[in-house]
Amino acid sequence: MSSKTINLTLKVWRQNRKNPAGDLETYQANDISTDMSFLEMIDVVNEQLTEQGIEPIAFDHDCREGICGMCGAVVNGRAHGHMPETTLCQLHMRHFKDGNTIVIEPWRATAFPVVKDLVVDRGALDKIIQAGGYISVNAGGAQDGNTIPVPKENAEKAFNAAACIGCGACVAACPNASAMLFTGAKISHLALLPQGKPGAKRRALSMVRAMDELGFGNCSNEAECEAECPKGISITEIARMNREFIKAAFS
Amino acid sequence: MTLESKIPSGPVHEKWDRHRFELKLVNPANKKKFDIIVVGTGLAGASAAATLAELGYNVKNFCIQDSPRRAHSIAAQGGINAAKNYANDGDSIWRLFYDTVKGGDFRAREANVYRLAQLSVNIIDQCVAQGVPFAREYGGLLDNRSFGGAQVSRTFYAKGQTGQQLLLGAYSALMRQVSAGKVEIFPRREMLDVVLADGRARGIVTRNLVTGELESYSAHAVVLATGGYGNVYFLSTNAMSSNVSASYRCYKKGAYFANPCFTQIHPTCIPVHGTYQSKLTLMSESLRNDGRVWVPKEAGDKRPPEQIPESERDYYLERKYPSFGNLVPRDVASRNAKDQCDQGKGVGETGLAVYLDFADAIARDGREAIAAKYGNLFEMYEKITGEDPYVTPMKIYPAVHYTMGGLWVDYNLMTTIDGLFALGESNFSDHGSNRLGASALMQGLADGYFIIPYTIGGYLAGTRLPDVDASAPQFKEAEAKIREQVDRLLSIRGKRTVMDFHRSLGKIMWDHCGIARDEQGLEKARQMIAELREEFWENVNVPGDAADFNQALENAGRVADFMEFGELMVKDALDRKESCGCHFNTAYQTEDHEALRDDENYCNVSAWEYTGPDSDPVLHTEPLTFENVELTQRSYK
Ligand SMILES: Cc1cc2nc3c(=O)[nH]c(=O)nc-3n(C[C@H](O)[C@H](O)[C@H](O)COP(=O)(O)OP(=O)(O)OC[C@H]3O[C@@H](n4cnc5c(N)ncnc54)[C@H](O)[C@@H]3O)c2cc1C
Ligand code: FES
Repeated sequence: MSSKTINLTLKVWRQNRKNPAGDLETYQANDISTDMSFLEMIDVVNEQLTEQGIEPIAFDHDCREGICGMCGAVVNGRAHGHMPETTLCQLHMRHFKDGNTIVIEPWRATAFPVVKDLVVDRGALDKIIQAGGYISVNAGGAQDGNTIPVPKENAEKAFNAAACIGCGACVAACPNASAMLFTGAKISHLALLPQGKPGAKRRALSMVRAMDELGFGNCSNEAECEAECPKGISITEIARMNREFIKAAFS
Repeated sequence: MTLESKIPSGPVHEKWDRHRFELKLVNPANKKKFDIIVVGTGLAGASAAATLAELGYNVKNFCIQDSPRRAHSIAAQGGINAAKNYANDGDSIWRLFYDTVKGGDFRAREANVYRLAQLSVNIIDQCVAQGVPFAREYGGLLDNRSFGGAQVSRTFYAKGQTGQQLLLGAYSALMRQVSAGKVEIFPRREMLDVVLADGRARGIVTRNLVTGELESYSAHAVVLATGGYGNVYFLSTNAMSSNVSASYRCYKKGAYFANPCFTQIHPTCIPVHGTYQSKLTLMSESLRNDGRVWVPKEAGDKRPPEQIPESERDYYLERKYPSFGNLVPRDVASRNAKDQCDQGKGVGETGLAVYLDFADAIARDGREAIAAKYGNLFEMYEKITGEDPYVTPMKIYPAVHYTMGGLWVDYNLMTTIDGLFALGESNFSDHGSNRLGASALMQGLADGYFIIPYTIGGYLAGTRLPDVDASAPQFKEAEAKIREQVDRLLSIRGKRTVMDFHRSLGKIMWDHCGIARDEQGLEKARQMIAELREEFWENVNVPGDAADFNQALENAGRVADFMEFGELMVKDALDRKESCGCHFNTAYQTEDHEALRDDENYCNVSAWEYTGPDSDPVLHTEPLTFENVELTQRSYK
């Protein structure tokens, strides 16, 4: 960890009740250690803004280790910034250069209204899961775990799909603001496991319908979602979802 | 008030069955007449909310984050224990019970721990049925690994993302009940008070974090599952919003706070590297299965690790604890790391780190096998530090991680306020003075899926609860008090930011109420916290408005509570004149520098009662008896 410091110009989306249309404001971020995370850099700027009597920049975050899916912003046009498979909280300032200008904007999608500055409402993702992203089993009724063997390969594939953190970067990255990768990941996770088979049909139909109703766009195979997904979820999950959907629709 | 633990009679292995039989039942048709508030959507809260709804209760479920799926449980990495004995290596419910009681250094209730060990097996079954993608062997059966403080392999895992997968399982069960109309979820709400009527918990007041509005909700019972308070130290492995406020405000309303000073400092975290740092990142304990901990033998040896020959390295855990080696419990590992650094053998720029080295494991099993087990952890380490742990040993240092203390609860998980239950990390129950790895996930899910559904029924069936609705004066009073505090915070407009105060508090706590404590330091801390708190209320700068999304205001409320709570922790630490588990008072240690308990005077739970802002809290103790595991000096040699 050999740290140095850099100076940056930030152009940050500010939007609140007094300024409902929103616009970009410019701030200086000086003496930023390259060991800082992107969010720690915003913390430092917020401390300075507070001292200057300017309201700090609102942004969502919680775990700061790339797993809760709470953080996220479009940084220089890229969801979660330019590093592959990295959430904003795990993006470190060593990947920026002294003198850089950084444009920071919220996720943009009809289904994700802006709450304030960089904070958006992603409740629509919960609604997609409510439409069927579960296996119907009550607590207490389960049989011994090892009576359901799952081939290691399938278990791993299911895990890879289940690794989605629900951050919404796929929606933000997609020109159509589609939630196919998010929905595909959940449908695949469950379809790959024997436990998920009984409810598979209903699940595929209902989740896809919910996605449409909630105002997410269609998939036109841009693959931007895969490119920006911080967890490396593959668009093969979308293909699997489509197969599940077709199977369900025609049987 | 005397503390009644309500532990059922009979042999330890029959207590839970007997109790379940004796508990009154709510008739299935009547369940829909009861409303239950569950605060928290982590493993404990989500599993409780979903299960209570499955039974037919009407549930309202609250969380701070924008979605229940983001609760801090999501970040748990290493795994969850269960006494399945699939590995056929000698595990049993009894052994898990024994390991947990011993690991907790004999400061937990035997009856609770036994029940936890019993239920551990049901948890795995439940999670598999929900579709949790646990790691599997080639034959398709569930795989296990080892964790600290145990000599068997009983930890179930999903790569380094076990918490995520378990929480998504519980969340999916919760979403199923939302769509069934049995659970209503309230995200971006912060509970700021519990409301009592006739001495019973009957509702809560929350702040809507988007609009700033105060909202009141009434119910027949309130279940708290709001997690741990490690963030009192500012730097910890907890998520940023983890707080003590929910439990602390219940404490102020009459719930006793148990063992507040029992804090777990986890041995394997990425070391601190700057004052701007906002949190610390855990490197899962599972890494100690294959990584070897060492420092240079010579103090002040600043050579890079690859230049230090084998003969000049001290694998101090393996040397001192040959039978557990790198897998000693967390308190022991943390204390030893600190000792080595205090002796000047610490490595890295700050000298506050030790090596965790995978070279031997990689040579033995190959890079691929190691990547399969720990790939995501290695990547995370590299992202944060810019160093590749496949090539250079990791540098690690202890960090605040988990709080064993919490609201005092009886065997039914009910606090000293009737109708207020506490689950998961927010209660004090099962881990004594030191939690074993992979046991928090187990406890949260045992509480939520399998305990509260029974015990809350016993309470509701056996209690007359007149109608109370959210327009009752008690709610208005609570709202008015909260409003007053919010207005006060916003009116100060001082010179120091909330984060700055939080950082100062954290430093006091870490320096004086951290890995090792002594009376002098604790006394000093008490005074420093009182001074800091005074300054806070005169000089804090909280920008923005009350009627808005205002993160500085949210934090200010949490830090204000941490300031008061820190004092309670220090008081508790001062009062416990012994060392046990994570509470290490340097005045009480064995010749080998291990924690020296005083079972004659302190074989008990400390439970503190709030008596008002200007008077000292009153201590109550619950004696602990050990009938099944012999009280002995712990040894991991
Ligand atoms: C990095 C890390 C790794 C870990 N790894 C492991 C592991 O491998 N194995 C293991 O067993 N344990 C592990 N632990 C410990 C374990 O994750 C936690 O103890 C456990 O998940 C706590 O669960 P919980 O349900 O009690 O609380 P949490 O998951 O913390 O949930 C708290 C909930 O309460 C809500 N809440 C809090 N305050 C309020 C309020 N005032 N108003 C409204 N809502 C509120 C939050 O929004 C959240 O929904 C780990 C912990 C950390 C930090
Ligand atoms: S803050 Fe949790 S993923 Fe970034």
